Amino acid sequence: MMKDWEVVIGLEIHAQLATRSKIFSGAATAYGAAPNTQACLVDLAYPGVLPVLNAEAVRMAVKFGLAIGAQIAERSIFARKNYFYPDLPKGYQISQYELPIVGRGALEIVLDDGTTQRIGITRAHLEEDAGKSLHEGLANATGIDLNRAGTPLLEIVSEPDMRSAKEAVAYMKKVHTLVRYLEICDGNMQEGSFRCDANVSVRPRGSEKFGTRAEIKNLNSFRFVEKAIQHEVARQIELIENGGTVVQETRLYDSDRDETRSMRSKEEANDYRYFPDPDLLPLAIDRAFIESVRASLPELPDQKAARFASDYQLSRYDAGVLSASRETGAYFEAVVARVGAAHAKLAANWVMGELSSALNRENLEIDASRVAPPALGGLLERIVDGTISGKIAKEVFEAMWSEGRDADAIIEAKGLRQITDVGAIAKAIDEVVAANPKQLADYRAGKDKLFGFFVGQVMKATAGKANPAQLNDLLKAKLGGG
Amino acid sequence: MTWHARSIAELANALERRELSSVELTRHFLERIGALNGALNALITVTAERALAEAAVADRRRAAGERGPLLGIPLIHKDIFCTDGVRTSCGSRMLDNFVAPYDATVVARLKAAGAVMLGKANMDEFAMGSSNETSFYGPVHNPWDLDKVPGGSSGGSAAAVAARLAPFSTGTDTGGSIRQPAALSGITGIKPTYGRVSRYGMIAFASSLDQAGVFARSAADAAIALGAIAGFDPRDSTSVDVPVPDYAATLDGPLAGLRIGLVKEFSEALEPRNGALIAAALDVFRSLGAKTTTVSLPSLPLSVPTYYVVAPAECSSNLSRFDGVRFGYRCTDPKDLRDLYERSRGEGFGAEVKRRIMTGTYVLSAGYFDAYYLKAQKVRQLIAGEFGAAFQQVDLLIGPTTPTPAFGIGAKIDDPVTMYLNDIYTIGANLAGLPAISAPCGFVEGLPMGVQLIGPPFSEGRLLNAVHRYQLATDWHDRAAPGYA
Repeated sequence: MMKDWEVVIGLEIHAQLATRSKIFSGAATAYGAAPNTQACLVDLAYPGVLPVLNAEAVRMAVKFGLAIGAQIAERSIFARKNYFYPDLPKGYQISQYELPIVGRGALEIVLDDGTTQRIGITRAHLEEDAGKSLHEGLANATGIDLNRAGTPLLEIVSEPDMRSAKEAVAYMKKVHTLVRYLEICDGNMQEGSFRCDANVSVRPRGSEKFGTRAEIKNLNSFRFVEKAIQHEVARQIELIENGGTVVQETRLYDSDRDETRSMRSKEEANDYRYFPDPDLLPLAIDRAFIESVRASLPELPDQKAARFASDYQLSRYDAGVLSASRETGAYFEAVVARVGAAHAKLAANWVMGELSSALNRENLEIDASRVAPPALGGLLERIVDGTISGKIAKEVFEAMWSEGRDADAIIEAKGLRQITDVGAIAKAIDEVVAANPKQLADYRAGKDKLFGFFVGQVMKATAGKANPAQLNDLLKAKLGGG
Repeated sequence: MTWHARSIAELANALERRELSSVELTRHFLERIGALNGALNALITVTAERALAEAAVADRRRAAGERGPLLGIPLIHKDIFCTDGVRTSCGSRMLDNFVAPYDATVVARLKAAGAVMLGKANMDEFAMGSSNETSFYGPVHNPWDLDKVPGGSSGGSAAAVAARLAPFSTGTDTGGSIRQPAALSGITGIKPTYGRVSRYGMIAFASSLDQAGVFARSAADAAIALGAIAGFDPRDSTSVDVPVPDYAATLDGPLAGLRIGLVKEFSEALEPRNGALIAAALDVFRSLGAKTTTVSLPSLPLSVPTYYVVAPAECSSNLSRFDGVRFGYRCTDPKDLRDLYERSRGEGFGAEVKRRIMTGTYVLSAGYFDAYYLKAQKVRQLIAGEFGAAFQQVDLLIGPTTPTPAFGIGAKIDDPVTMYLNDIYTIGANLAGLPAISAPCGFVEGLPMGVQLIGPPFSEGRLLNAVHRYQLATDWHDRAAPGYA
């Protein structure tokens, strides 16, 4: 008999901090430069060089800590994590082990059923990224690119508080939104600026004890996180139900084959021999610095969503979508500024509907939209004042998108102004009814569904410009009355 | 008096009076190196051409009106300091082919002061040793007796100054590597406060203990040299932003009322002839007005075991970068990555370095960390605390620099523990980050011995002042090794 299994997930998210220079050297961090052109002697770990901590990375970590309501450590320690690998020039990674800069905090995620769940964050610490090994185009050799070596990372470690792949994705998206709000990470997952390791285990529902976990390394898309966890959960349950046991190990997700594979077991794991880095003094952060960072915090996603919901009478869902990025929130509010707060719901629908699909179609970010917020607001004003119907507005929007002109110009040029003249609509109805005697007879005999047929015919006759409400009323009267 | 017997101040005066040029002075020392280094093996690399070019630049600077106590004065750098465009071997096969692409801060500061680099001094491999016998380039011979070691790890720097191949040299001191060779070679050597001199460009052995300093024949010369290299460096996070006093200006201050404490733990069980020299030195200081007393630092005997946990732990990590991938020695035809690492490191490092890497790896390992590394850190705190308490009672501490005079080449090299005990009196100052100086104080069996003074943080000026006054009252520091006058 199948047992009822509970899934337990914790995530370690690596967010690359958007500093201009590296965490311990002055070399640039820009992505995509020719190999080893952004690696200075410190990054190359030449004999005699020393690390100097980048103050901006510290500021960014503190920003994150304050945004999740965490304690900022007044004294934190950089430690060396020792292991040999060609892309790790010093033979150790400078990280934080005991005493990280950011202590315990939390974030709330919204589940599918609308309830919220609190996800604990154990800690967040500063560390440096390693370089990359290159294999492509190299026969019988491995290339080493140290441009990424020394790039600052904030490793954000969650509590094992997630109970499904969907929750894990919701949490990861939440962190993704937050770091971009704070402007501490560009969030670019393709370039590896935002990635995570997932710790996954299963246990019989009701059990207090955690099952043995597997760690899935280096997941760099929300889809991979979801699929990798789903696959890993299924693997573990199947293994246990067939009498096996899960072993603690590190696994890799193969997105091509949609499966996880063992990378190394606990026994093969490195002993990293962490110890405090004697080249760096303990990092001391004073109250005044923390307060100056606090004062620089922007409105956070949850605050913005709550404000949208209350100020604009939006649903929690809409408020969440519109506050998912600073840019989306700003766009939405700019549209509202034009069309008026009373029509915020209309603005919300358009930003999340037509605009969003147009952006998706062309793979554009909202701040690169072909239709600027005041222009969209202008279009919505024409819906509000009855100049055009919502349906016609979609046509106008497409024209605005492709032609770049404003709504009024397009409405005039294409003659799309709505017909609100009762006489004109009644005339069109009369003609349609007269031309379709059989449908009229059927309707009157009880085929109610034909009402839609008449609406369609009148709309066709008026090129879609008849005011829908007026048309409805007049048509009902005409068909009913004979 | 021959030029090589002159003090730095005398040489600077001679240069200023145009009695000779820096090029002539440099040529004089290069000739001396050419004649004497063969027997001493004090230098790994002689940079003759470059030295003459630097000397010519110094002469032009002086002609243009520039002054400076080191303008045109030759020196030798320990081969642990990176020197742009010059091999920087650290005494190891691992870096035999390594030409540094930049100057260490110490090197850059001396260059800016106009000092002329004659070459790079031999040293124990990666500064790990107390006899200069672990060098890939062979042992250095003590000018006082060529069959004896000069001490280590800065053995080449010490022997070179003792043999008057240069007026001064740089060194580094992690557990005594300046003071012990200074004592065994009959010269003056100062290890400043941790953080006083930048470690940038100085190849790391044990980062929390390493400190650069200088060798000279007298405290007066050392004061000039130290003044040039000391100071805050933003490239070294552990360097301290405290103003550098004019060490030369305070050399002559009276010692009346100076409280000097003889370290009880140093004086117990001291070999009688060594004890007599320290007692005599105390007499001199008393005659100069100092008050002497005895001070106890009960945890100090734990210095050596503490050091041999902390230093190897740090070195095991510091030396990981020597992996055959980017620079330095690489084994021939590695069959895979593991083979590349194992053979490059196995063939590139010598036995003492490997011993310390293995010791360090062990003490940092899961399950041993608390018992060794953590406990050693606690003892280190304890020792530092006892020094702090002692400096509430006295201004300076005094004791021997070494237990014995220079020993024979080969005598201790196969017995690491006996070798490690050489640093029993010097390690405490490193663990506590304190400045300390060794100065010649007499002879045992015809070989020089040193007296050590230790002070509170940033008391370099006081240490140099005390030793300078001592050297005005004695002539131990003026004795030249036979054949090197």
